[in-house]
Amino acid sequence: MWEYTDKVQDHFINPRNVGEIENADGVGNVGSIACGDALRLTIRVDENQVITDAKFKTFGCASAIASSSMLTEMLKGMKLEDAKKLTNDDIAKALGGLPKEKMHCSVMGREALEAAIADYTGAILPMAQGEVVCECFGVTDLEIIRAIRENALTSVEDITHFTKAGGGCGKCEGKLRALLAETVEGAAGEPTGAPKKKRMTTLEKIKRIEEVIEREIKPTLKKDGGDIQLVDVDGDFVTVSLRGACANCYSSRTTLKEYVERKLREQVLESLIVEEDK
Amino acid sequence: MAVLPDQVIYMDNNATTRIAPEVVDAMMPYLTQFYGNPSSMYTFGGQVGQALNKARQEIADLLGAEPGEIVFTSCGTESDSTAILSALQTNPGKNHLVTTKVEHPAVKNLCDNLESFTGRKHHVTRLPVAADGTLDLQRFKESLTDDTAIVSVMWANNETGVLFPVEEMAEIARECGILFHTDAVQAVGKIPIKLRETAIDFLSLSGHKLHAPKGVGVLYVRKGTPYIPFMNGGHQEHGRRGGTENVASIVGLGRACALAAEKMAEENTRVRALRDKLERGLLGTIPKSLLNGHPSQRLPNTANISFEYVEGEAILLHMNQHNICASSGSACTSGSLEPSHVLRAMGVPFTAAHGSIRFSLSIYNTEQEVDFVLATLPGIIAKLRTLSPFWEDK
Repeated sequence: MWEYTDKVQDHFINPRNVGEIENADGVGNVGSIACGDALRLTIRVDENQVITDAKFKTFGCASAIASSSMLTEMLKGMKLEDAKKLTNDDIAKALGGLPKEKMHCSVMGREALEAAIADYTGAILPMAQGEVVCECFGVTDLEIIRAIRENALTSVEDITHFTKAGGGCGKCEGKLRALLAETVEGAAGEPTGAPKKKRMTTLEKIKRIEEVIEREIKPTLKKDGGDIQLVDVDGDFVTVSLRGACANCYSSRTTLKEYVERKLREQVLESLIVEEDK
Repeated sequence: MAVLPDQVIYMDNNATTRIAPEVVDAMMPYLTQFYGNPSSMYTFGGQVGQALNKARQEIADLLGAEPGEIVFTSCGTESDSTAILSALQTNPGKNHLVTTKVEHPAVKNLCDNLESFTGRKHHVTRLPVAADGTLDLQRFKESLTDDTAIVSVMWANNETGVLFPVEEMAEIARECGILFHTDAVQAVGKIPIKLRETAIDFLSLSGHKLHAPKGVGVLYVRKGTPYIPFMNGGHQEHGRRGGTENVASIVGLGRACALAAEKMAEENTRVRALRDKLERGLLGTIPKSLLNGHPSQRLPNTANISFEYVEGEAILLHMNQHNICASSGSACTSGSLEPSHVLRAMGVPFTAAHGSIRFSLSIYNTEQEVDFVLATLPGIIAKLRTLSPFWEDK
């Protein structure tokens, strides 16, 4: 069961501003029924560029409904200029917070607002012009980069919680990791805390395995008089030969699985299996 | 604020069940006075061993099996892992498993992991299901090869209640010399089972699905079936499962099985009638609602219904306002972003999969409760539909 705040509960059970403004000045449609949530936001803007009314219709879970309801409450009476600056975090904060896995509901609210404002001003939505990275949920690189920046995301898992990208088939995980590395300064090559799996070219894989062995594993084994050599990489199978003291050590199997395999899984790919060349 | 049992309408019995008061009574002496170790040589321990034997007999009777074929475990998941891993170990030359696309995670994730993590050795055939959740026997026959070590197919699906013809499938597997395991966690106690008349080699059951406590399960191992234990340790269970027995829970499970045998007829008449009333009522009064799963080839207690254009978590939380407990196959309730793998395997469209609710009844449900749900749910669905951007013009 999700831990929802009282505000989320309240806006879910008693949603405000449900419906559609007839002949609205701006309409924003985001999400789809396949994705599991969708929001239609309609706004009325007066001659002073103030949002005088906002209504919503949402298909989705409690936090999607609460985020939409809260958004409409925040918008009423707000200057268009200020509305343009609203972020998903503002919506989440107004609700007293959302479970991490539900942050994408607040992102959906913000995106609907942007779409409605763009519809009103006649502008083209910059986010929609990006390249689609996650095909399951139709998330573009621009949306992902913005979510990373604005919310200080540090892992692929975070990206999924905030944008849904990577939450379906998982094929885009490599791209997401690359986007994260590009966006977060100095994050390239660093472990991100997210499980690493799937989609890495063989060449990349070998290079990274070599790096980790040279940088971390070898020096550690050498301290105990041992050594290690990479023999082969075939799919997820990494064959190594243990040398020096390791070669005759009765706990070399433990070293291999508990240390070498663990390190490589942490830093290269979760699915790697390390075997000894006999 | 805690919600107390007499305040809720509990229709989530495929998730877990109330411990029967008779079961609690049977367990209490073994939680208080009779704490001896059943393996000990003195009477104070030996009498506990006798209580285990009685429970073993009661469980065997419900399953139509011999007491010697009953191995106590900690849960259904342990039973599943034990059976499948044992079959692979006793058939070292065979690397193929046959299962279905709609198994419980206890079997599904084990098979997935075997395929990806044990040295690429194993490969798995996952049989598809039809739109009504049923299996194609011809397809099953064609999936069996000389390399197949074990077939693992659930008896009843936990989400839809759909029954698979496991008895027939076990016969087919036996003709090919292939071991057959069934996860019968949802079936035991709800439908009659006579294992000695079948070719089933392994069967898993879980205590807390039939009014016994959580933390106790059984693996039925047909006499003579090659077997290698999963939990290694002492000589308990004749060396088939190490670890000191969870005595009180096992005694409780024995009592629960005896009760299930007594109440089987009620389950299949009164509970079925309640389920049918609930199902007909909901489908009849709520537009754009549909049944997931075969209408008759199904457990008597389960109804899985989709309410199109609304989302399951939102429905559940509104039901929670009325203290009605049920489950959903929607993405949001799973914590993942995709709806139930069972409904997807059945090809249930997204419009319906996200809005699926599973009601699972037990002998403790009453007609008044069903009437209350029937009176409450249409309003919830209607309210959520006024919010749904997809509902207009429907």
